Amino acid sequence: MARYIGKEMSRVDGVAKVTGRAKYAAEFRAPNLAYGFIVLGTMAKGRIREIDTREAERAPGVVRVFTHLNAPKLGPKASTEYAPPRNTREQDKSFRALQSDRIYFNMQPVALVVAETYEQARYAARLVRVSYDTERHTTDTEAVRGSARAPSQGSPPKPRGNPEAAMKAAPVRVEAEYRIPVEHHNSMEPHAAVAAWEGDKLTIFDKTQDVYGVRAHLATSFGVPEENVQVVSPYVGGAFGASLRPNYYPALTAMAARELKRPIKVVYTRTQMFTGHGYRPYTIQKIALGAEASGKLTAMIHQAVHNTSAFEEFNDNTTGFTRQVYACPNLLAPTMIVATDLPTPTWMRAPGAVSGMFALECAMDELAYALKIDPLELRLINYAETDPESGRPWSSKALRECYRLGAEKFGWKDRKFEPRSMRDGRLLVGWGTATGVWGAFQRPAIARITLRPDGTAHVTSATSDIGPGTYTVMTMIAAEYLGLEIERVKFELGDTKFPRAPAQGGSQTTSSVGSAVHGAALAVGAKLLTLANQDASSPLKGATASDVEMLDGRLRLKSDPSKSVSVAGVMRLNNLSEVTETFESRPSPERQKYATMAHGAQFVEVKVDPDIGHVRVTRAIEVTACGKIINPKASHSQEIGGVVWGIGMALQEATEIDHRYGRIMNPNLQHYHVPVNADVHEVETLFVEEDDKVVNPLGVKGMGELGMVGIPAAIANAVFHATGKRVRELPITPDKLL
Amino acid sequence: MPERTKQKTHIEFTLNGEAVEVAFAPHKTLLEVLREDLNLMGTKHGCELGECGTCAVLVNGRSALSCLVLGLEAEGRSVETVEGMASPAGLHPLQETFADTGAAQCGYCTPGFLLVAKELLAANPRPTREEIKEALCGNLCRCTGYIKIYEAVELAAARMRGEELELPREAVYGLD
Amino acid sequence: MRPFKYVRASDAAAAARAVAANPRAKFLGGGTNILDLMKEDVERPNELVDVTRLKLSEIKAASGGVSIGALAKNSDTANHPLIRRNYPLLTQAIVAGASGQLRNMATNGGNLLQRTRCQYFYDTAMPCNKREPGTGCGALEGLNRIHAIFGWSDKCVATYPGDMANALYALDAVVRVRGASGRERAIPVGEFHRLPGDTPQQDSNLAHGELITAIDLPKSNFAKNSYYLKVRDRASYAFALVSVAAALELERGRVKQARVVLGSVAHKPWRSLEAEAALVGGPASEESFRRAAEAALAGAKPLAHNGYKVELGKRAVVRALMRASRLA
Repeated sequence: MARYIGKEMSRVDGVAKVTGRAKYAAEFRAPNLAYGFIVLGTMAKGRIREIDTREAERAPGVVRVFTHLNAPKLGPKASTEYAPPRNTREQDKSFRALQSDRIYFNMQPVALVVAETYEQARYAARLVRVSYDTERHTTDTEAVRGSARAPSQGSPPKPRGNPEAAMKAAPVRVEAEYRIPVEHHNSMEPHAAVAAWEGDKLTIFDKTQDVYGVRAHLATSFGVPEENVQVVSPYVGGAFGASLRPNYYPALTAMAARELKRPIKVVYTRTQMFTGHGYRPYTIQKIALGAEASGKLTAMIHQAVHNTSAFEEFNDNTTGFTRQVYACPNLLAPTMIVATDLPTPTWMRAPGAVSGMFALECAMDELAYALKIDPLELRLINYAETDPESGRPWSSKALRECYRLGAEKFGWKDRKFEPRSMRDGRLLVGWGTATGVWGAFQRPAIARITLRPDGTAHVTSATSDIGPGTYTVMTMIAAEYLGLEIERVKFELGDTKFPRAPAQGGSQTTSSVGSAVHGAALAVGAKLLTLANQDASSPLKGATASDVEMLDGRLRLKSDPSKSVSVAGVMRLNNLSEVTETFESRPSPERQKYATMAHGAQFVEVKVDPDIGHVRVTRAIEVTACGKIINPKASHSQEIGGVVWGIGMALQEATEIDHRYGRIMNPNLQHYHVPVNADVHEVETLFVEEDDKVVNPLGVKGMGELGMVGIPAAIANAVFHATGKRVRELPITPDKLL
Repeated sequence: MPERTKQKTHIEFTLNGEAVEVAFAPHKTLLEVLREDLNLMGTKHGCELGECGTCAVLVNGRSALSCLVLGLEAEGRSVETVEGMASPAGLHPLQETFADTGAAQCGYCTPGFLLVAKELLAANPRPTREEIKEALCGNLCRCTGYIKIYEAVELAAARMRGEELELPREAVYGLD
Repeated sequence: MRPFKYVRASDAAAAARAVAANPRAKFLGGGTNILDLMKEDVERPNELVDVTRLKLSEIKAASGGVSIGALAKNSDTANHPLIRRNYPLLTQAIVAGASGQLRNMATNGGNLLQRTRCQYFYDTAMPCNKREPGTGCGALEGLNRIHAIFGWSDKCVATYPGDMANALYALDAVVRVRGASGRERAIPVGEFHRLPGDTPQQDSNLAHGELITAIDLPKSNFAKNSYYLKVRDRASYAFALVSVAAALELERGRVKQARVVLGSVAHKPWRSLEAEAALVGGPASEESFRRAAEAALAGAKPLAHNGYKVELGKRAVVRALMRASRLA
């Protein structure tokens, strides 16, 4: 019986966070610190003709103004592990600041003003004068969608069967086009770095989801060995993908610190965040579904086009999951990209999946209405018993149970099929459903555990905790398998002095790093067993590592707990002050025999005020099947957050670009709307656990992304059910429902 | 009339119950004075334009956005930040419930929420959920989806009234 | 932000004199819409005269009505028993605006003076005649979903974004101001803000150095039948797409007196005398309210992206009147 795994656990870092003691990147201090303020350009494409920094340099407190004219050139940047596609190590073309007179996008950094105080730097930044030679720019994806092309890396997925012919032959067809605007992550913490050099050694405090990625980037940028760079990031105030890649500011900060030989701090303003990292791309999707009258899908054609930048390819694989959701013999699902004069997009929570599933799951709803079949029933009719793409069996898939449980909890059987048929006084009531999917990814990760005779353990791995509760879950796993009280285990992350872990992205941290911590704990036990059995009188003689477990300071036989040795005793006998084991976990080859995915079903009720077009999501039930739930408390919270991200995407979020100038016009939280308290009503999240020994030893799958994947579609479907109006362009704001 | 320009100005105010004296340039906001001059990093900066609530503090017991208050305006007033919420006896009930329920995820918006919730409970010991939503409407959170925050405030309110509150149970339909 | 001189005013007269003496001086009240604009380099005062410690925050009964101090905080005003009882429309409008923290900070006088939320006004890289006369209007042919449908000019299509002033207008409030010379004058709220014309840089008819000292509310017969409706993109903490302050005096089911003021549709609170004329003398009924709504929006001139405001405005007027008359 597990002591911690599967039990509700409050965050181990909760007290630090409620007392203000948790330290985020901008909060690290260094003696003689100077402050950098970034100056953004004001046009979308061309060259800097002239940049006049004289007045800024004369302003009080200013130490130096860096521009492309005096900034040192940064070395080539190695791509990070999380870079697209498929982990290639080719040279990264991502944007780096102040390297030339070229302007690639509006609000591109053109100078960095360094001063003694933040306010002095900000003031002087206003005094930098820039003139430009402008060129014709394109920021409107709609205008250039005709020149979309397949991403150059990775082979384009082949069609399955004969989709065109099957579509023509289908007795029932629906076809529609869906649009998703540019969206920004808007974590509450702005990105920040504090950089300090000692000779050729750099220490940088950074807001990042990937300390090793930032380290590699800085090492190549400055031509120093990776060991010379320490990246520290103990707390991250939300990131959602915006800190997966090294953004331009860590190198910019470190460059200024190196040139000025003093520590420098640079913090993005909220406005600078809008071009200081990527965004969810503008995505146009055309979907055609063909089915028999029974509802059985016979053809799916799902074509996505999204924008990338003019200097770099980004592909969020919008249509990737479409291939694996429903059983259908004929399918075509390409994702194409098209260059625009905007920054490069990046991964934003549930990248690709939430966009693709918005279109697919709305189209399924449209098909259900064309067929006059209940939307949930249609999904069951097309349930994929095995992976439609590979034909392999699922390692586990409890989606059917999610549908059943969600429908029961929600009361789906009372839904009236016809749109506009349900009311609450003046309000139109709509019920919508959608399916959510995400992968069950795992990547290599390393953890180290030091166990001491006093029964305390120190566990480290250079992962990150951007909010999901990584500190807590790793502490739980270590405590479980070391057999210690949780208070006696200390887990640390976010520092390149710790063993390598993958970026915290793609909902793979617990599977990857958790497996490493699990493995390291077992390795400690194995080591202790070897040491114990050097003693001829050991009661564990003959036992192998898999026969023993640790509990409360004793190493014991699983089959006969009365046979045990004292862990402290073994260490004492061997004159050891500690036992340290480092373990690297890797995805098991067994996974190749299976398809591994996480699934979910969402049920949403909206109430629409027909007069003023206001939509309220009054009830949402989300049922997810993502393997084993290690910490239900944090997991529920994580999924609720996902639902609310779905609400934001469905109803509110849009980055607005004035294409005449190629400039983002709402780079702030007054005009870029994210959900507020009053937008959130009843949200219930349920888990259907799956017993999955294939995905990894802990049996966990990803959940952070999964929580939002089906929600925008479920809301849009509910809005249709309420109003009879199919809004295919997000967000569904009041003006679209009048 | 007293006049202050570029030179640093000395002011005195009460910070978390203790008298403090601090000197800073007059253009500094209270947020910057707290973070940069007094090294109290618990008060967060999220947008610096009054749009997110992460920098909320209490001034004379009432919530205010420290990014839109000049440091000079604090003169002679009483300012409370998250660092002042706990007492020698322990955490404030709101701090306890925020930590316990998972109302703090990444934790960045948490100090602002705590102070605004404290102001709410001082005026209204038994707020309805709608009243909680209204009181906290200026505090944005991007992680939790707010539900755990409502529950934390409700639970703290109950405990401060000397009552207990059963939070709704959540379900894992599972293996054990 | 740019360096500035900070002065704490000892009395209203001195404050007005200090600002009048320096064309680049500004009053500092709650700070909620000047410090942000200073950080964005939109406002560039070289002197701030802090008036927040002046004794101008009283809310008291006066000549049948209520006088509210210019420096009373929005939250104190909304919660004041005299306001809640006699002018619930004002309480509703204030509560519909901003967040608790901002209402704690914002003063009544400052609220009247809040500036537009036009994105082009906020971005110093963009043309904006309001911010920099002569540079053009970025929104006229740009993104103008949140902009004016009434009273705009080709120089400016920005809206006045506030809520409180719409209610004050409906309640026939008068703004009391005091100039540097000590001269006091009273400006009806409806004449306080102005249309942009050729000088959109000027939001109001207040002269430089004039300090708002109080807002007077006359005795009102609207307390029983008024409603403030705010339609926005999310449930709270957002500026209005359209708002309506509706106030009715009913006598045996007929409208004796009416006020209909729309917000976020023009450079100033937009009172519809046409709608009011359509209402007065008629029955308090949905049908009559629909006629009034048609009249209210008849003269609207939408831009490329805000055509929806015409229909939304009509529906909002009907809804607000229905609520005010307790028919919905």
